[in-house]
Amino acid sequence: MLSGITTKKIDSIEFGLLSPEDIRKMSVAQIVVADTYDEDGYPIESGIMDQRLGVIDPGQRCRTCGNRVGNCPGHFGHIELARPIMHAGYAKVIHKVLRAICRECNRILLTDEEIDYYNRLFKRYPEIGQKTAALSKEILKRGAKAKSCPHCGAEQLKLKLEKPTSIYEVGEVGSVRLTPIDIRAQLENVWDEDYALLGINAQAARLEWAIFTVLPVPPVTVRPSITLESGVRSEDDLSHKLIDIIRINQRLRENLDAGAPSLIVEDLWELLQYHCTTYLDNGVSGIPPARHRSGRALRTLAQRLKGKEGRFRSNLSGKRVDFSARTVISPDPNLSMNEVGVPEQIAKILTIPERVTEWNLEEMKELVLRGPEVHPGSNYLIRLDGRRVDLRFVKDRSIIADTIEPGFLVERHLSTGDIVLFNRQPSLHRMSIMAHEVRVMPYRTFRLCLYVCPPYNADFDGDEMNLHVPQSEEARAEARVLMRVQEQILSPRYGGPIIGALQDYISAAFLLTRKSSMYTLNQVNQLMATADYEGTLPEPAIKSPVQLWTGKQIFSMFIPEGINISLKANICRKCTQCKKEDCEFDAYVVVRNGELIFGVVDEKAFGAGEPDSLFHRIIKERGSTTARVFMDSVGRLLVRLITDRGFSMGLNDVTLPREASQRIRVILEEADKKVNQLIETYQRGELDANPGQTLLETLEQRIMATLAEARDSAGEVAGEHLGLENSAVIMAQTGARGSRLNLSQMAAVVGQQAVRGERISRGYVGRTLPHFEQGDLGARARGFVTSSYKSGLDPIEYWFHAAGGREGLVDTAVRTSTSGYMQRRLMTALQDLKVEGDGTVRTAPGRIVQFKFGDDGVDPSKSDHGRSVNIDIAIEKVLGKGRLE
Amino acid sequence: MSKRKTSAVESHMEKRFEQIREEKRLPPKVIDELEEKLGHLDITKKEFDDICDNVINSYEQSIVEPGEAVGTVAAQSIGEPGTQMTLRTFHYAGVAELSVTQGLPRLIEIVDARRNPSTPTMTIHLEPEYAGDRNEARRIARNIEMVLVESVASNVSIDLLRSAIQVRLDPELMEDKDLEVEAVAKAIEDKIKKKGEVEEGDNVIFVYPTNDTLAELQRLSEKIREVRVKGISDIGHVVIRKEGDEYVLYTEGSNLEDALEVDGVDPHRVYTNNLREIYHVLGIEATRNSIIEEAMSVLNEQGMDVDIRHIILVADMMTVDGTIRQIGRHGISGSKNSTLARASFEVTINHLLGAGISGARDPLKGITENVILGQLIPLGTGAIDLLMSPSQFSRSKK
Repeated sequence: MLSGITTKKIDSIEFGLLSPEDIRKMSVAQIVVADTYDEDGYPIESGIMDQRLGVIDPGQRCRTCGNRVGNCPGHFGHIELARPIMHAGYAKVIHKVLRAICRECNRILLTDEEIDYYNRLFKRYPEIGQKTAALSKEILKRGAKAKSCPHCGAEQLKLKLEKPTSIYEVGEVGSVRLTPIDIRAQLENVWDEDYALLGINAQAARLEWAIFTVLPVPPVTVRPSITLESGVRSEDDLSHKLIDIIRINQRLRENLDAGAPSLIVEDLWELLQYHCTTYLDNGVSGIPPARHRSGRALRTLAQRLKGKEGRFRSNLSGKRVDFSARTVISPDPNLSMNEVGVPEQIAKILTIPERVTEWNLEEMKELVLRGPEVHPGSNYLIRLDGRRVDLRFVKDRSIIADTIEPGFLVERHLSTGDIVLFNRQPSLHRMSIMAHEVRVMPYRTFRLCLYVCPPYNADFDGDEMNLHVPQSEEARAEARVLMRVQEQILSPRYGGPIIGALQDYISAAFLLTRKSSMYTLNQVNQLMATADYEGTLPEPAIKSPVQLWTGKQIFSMFIPEGINISLKANICRKCTQCKKEDCEFDAYVVVRNGELIFGVVDEKAFGAGEPDSLFHRIIKERGSTTARVFMDSVGRLLVRLITDRGFSMGLNDVTLPREASQRIRVILEEADKKVNQLIETYQRGELDANPGQTLLETLEQRIMATLAEARDSAGEVAGEHLGLENSAVIMAQTGARGSRLNLSQMAAVVGQQAVRGERISRGYVGRTLPHFEQGDLGARARGFVTSSYKSGLDPIEYWFHAAGGREGLVDTAVRTSTSGYMQRRLMTALQDLKVEGDGTVRTAPGRIVQFKFGDDGVDPSKSDHGRSVNIDIAIEKVLGKGRLE
Repeated sequence: MSKRKTSAVESHMEKRFEQIREEKRLPPKVIDELEEKLGHLDITKKEFDDICDNVINSYEQSIVEPGEAVGTVAAQSIGEPGTQMTLRTFHYAGVAELSVTQGLPRLIEIVDARRNPSTPTMTIHLEPEYAGDRNEARRIARNIEMVLVESVASNVSIDLLRSAIQVRLDPELMEDKDLEVEAVAKAIEDKIKKKGEVEEGDNVIFVYPTNDTLAELQRLSEKIREVRVKGISDIGHVVIRKEGDEYVLYTEGSNLEDALEVDGVDPHRVYTNNLREIYHVLGIEATRNSIIEEAMSVLNEQGMDVDIRHIILVADMMTVDGTIRQIGRHGISGSKNSTLARASFEVTINHLLGAGISGARDPLKGITENVILGQLIPLGTGAIDLLMSPSQFSRSKK
């Protein structure tokens, strides 16, 4: 709910470094003890788990702010380092800056003129929208080249960075290591103005702050220790690292105080540097990562932020939500496209906050009275003062119900008619999350209508989907107006319907609308009733002896008036000369004024993902509601039709008569002979190579071609014998499921198995399997499967088939990851682009990328399969079809 | 039906088209199509006006709405079909002998703006006077195909007695490539310049280096093998194919700059699939067009129906600042204004450290930043501010 009119918004974020003073100022405790708890399990004072740093155990109060767990945000402490320590991440920057400043006077190694020149550019660049980062880079380079200081004349030495944190001065005598103390002293002297030229904003961060003298200790809430079942406390990786740092730091200090030999001090200093470096980033190259006792690398600060499981991608860009549900999905053809079936059990947990007003007071009282156990009930009541009443624990709800007055909030159960968001991963496009209307149903699965399977890419082999309940009125309004399934029928990818009929709907539509389908009054009434048809029946096509309606008439009753389209159906044979309306296969579909006159309805007419189809015309002309109603009612009718008629496929459908099998065998034998001939010519060296190919490649290509041809003609033979009434043939032809190739593989011959587009050739030395002779190039030895799926594969064929099939599996696995990464990159590159009020496309900082989106300003999802205006339709609308011929 | 359009109607039509064009009510393509389709129709003034109104109306209805997240939609529209594309790298595109990277790997290559595409290739059309002649086409192809000494020599060896390098040429190959011994000798001479003398014989060439140590001989003989005798560099193989009634050359390898200057080549119809090369030779606008062209052809080849506007947006984004920027960390995503957006993409730590030292300021104008902060994102319905004061509303009602 929009609470209050004033909304606070963060306008910008500034980055910077903490100065040692800042660190001390924000610290609540100096940490000196390298230990956690004493024998009683009580945090040690000034230890790593000091109680001033916050609380992690329930029941305790924070020593600093007095809050309990959850409310205390935690507080920083600090460690005073005995010697300064380099920040490994900034070592590179420090090295570059040192090279560009004088080792004596610490001024920038540029002449005054150069400084002036660059200062002017620094002013100028932001004015023309350029970044100054490139300038700083140039200055750093130029400064490094200077042999002597233009200000004090001191000679400059070469500096070498030894990763990760050591900087050496290379003189004539040899190289000397610069200690962090030396470096810090130099950096402290650099002027703010010089820093600015070097790309360092002295207001936000002076570079010497990248050399720690004080180390902040993060609050315990950042690194909570966990208590194992055995009662042993296990500390966070960061705590471990901090303990290491404190221990070495103390040792170093003691040694310094005792005046220990410099060798020991150096060693300890180096060790402290190592601990600090790995504390910040445990993946720095050049040093071994710090490890846990078990040998696992520690997960320190940088690792917490980095990568897919890091803070940024996992917690900041991806957020967890309440009011969501997930379960298995199953189909329900009786649901509307817009609906989703929600199990009652889920509906009783998910709630919608509803404000009590004088108009819904009674209704809300009733809901509260029914309580959390009965379905249309409620779980919580929020009073005017903001107190939340859990209705599970209320003894007598009638008392509470009587206290309800306008202004209360009732968290009522999700119920039929509410709008929810429905999602299936992977969410590759915006149609992966659509808004559905709830229909509360028994049993435990989400139910959805089959039309929405393509956009979600869902099937019912165990898929699960997620459901989210929008909690504010605005969110619900946006969901209903923008995200509802019917508003998403047209895909922005190609400007055509992505939602539509599939599988049995298509077979059924074909069976209904083909010429031979006639229905009696009784049948028609039955069908119309299931489709909720309201209106009168047309005149029957045949009046006597019995009244009979054609399937086309029945289908036409659902097409909105005024729709005109002609198209070629999926069953079209692609004749050289199209006979249009006189097509003998009834494959030329003509709809005039909402009347299906010629042709059968199949995938091309209303299938999912078919642009320029009848369904596409309906939604373009009449809008999404009409289209949804059309699809819903036609769908119910078709399901009823196909259940009544029955439609199945079995072994019988792919069994060929003996005579046909004989012919196929002859074809295959001939092909085999041809292949052997080819091999012979090759071995005799008489084969002519194709231009640009080797002899072997030529041979392979010829053999492949021969075998492919054999498979095709075998398939044709099979096709001749299967007949048009065959269920499998109907499915393949109408585009409902399967293809001609699938059919011929089942009935006639499976064909060549390929790996990487070539015949299978690997395995043993010179042969694929020990069943063949070495160097056998024959069809069978290289993976040609002569059996059909129906007759069954022999073991050798089965082996090759598995090899070919595995390639497909590997391919899919690899493809999902590569294409996923490409999509992520495209997304991050383009996500900030939006269309402004003036029609330009701009990036987030306001840079114009296009003056008009797509050069014509047309939204692809509103376009007509890519065309901005379908002129033919516009002309036809005014003139009518007759005038156009 | 056959009554002629009156001149009054015709002049009215002309005027109206002119007006539409002037006011930019329709995109030029649509006007042209409309003009062409109405041109030979027999219609009255009223019908004409109705049609125009109709077209303008439906165009205006299909305009993108302000705030539309066109970038996201484009990314999804290109990325989603990516999951369905084949991963098989090679495919024989039309010409059987030439393999061209296709499908997902090629799409990634385009989007990455790779410096060296895995299969660069050129399509070269010829000047009209040669286009129909197979022999001319062969001749031009020979001038394009790169021929190295190595590929016409039967043997390149070191003659220790004469302390010379002996290049024995294969007469058959020489014939095939239409080469003379002199030409080869000249090419070698040009390449090694003053480092030695070249002597030609019958199908054999001797090179006497000025410095005749064995090491020098070895080095030089290696160099001589690689000497280009003919053709343009980087073009390994040329295939001639008849298309319609003209011969077209397809090359393996690409070198646009040199190909444009070959005699007989129609410089207006030379195409390469190497985007960087197009940028180098023809400039950024040409690059933009070829990104669109290449991406569209990859998608269409795979049977993916993707609206061209999405591709145009990607191409425009890649080329806005006058250079090609790849989609990814070294290009667009890496040069974003917002530290948070860059940090949440890739190389998180470096971006944060850099922001710290330069005292960067994140203006929070983008999507990722606002998602991170849990604020409304500036897109779609979130791009519009509308505040209503309920008190004022109720007062005015009274």
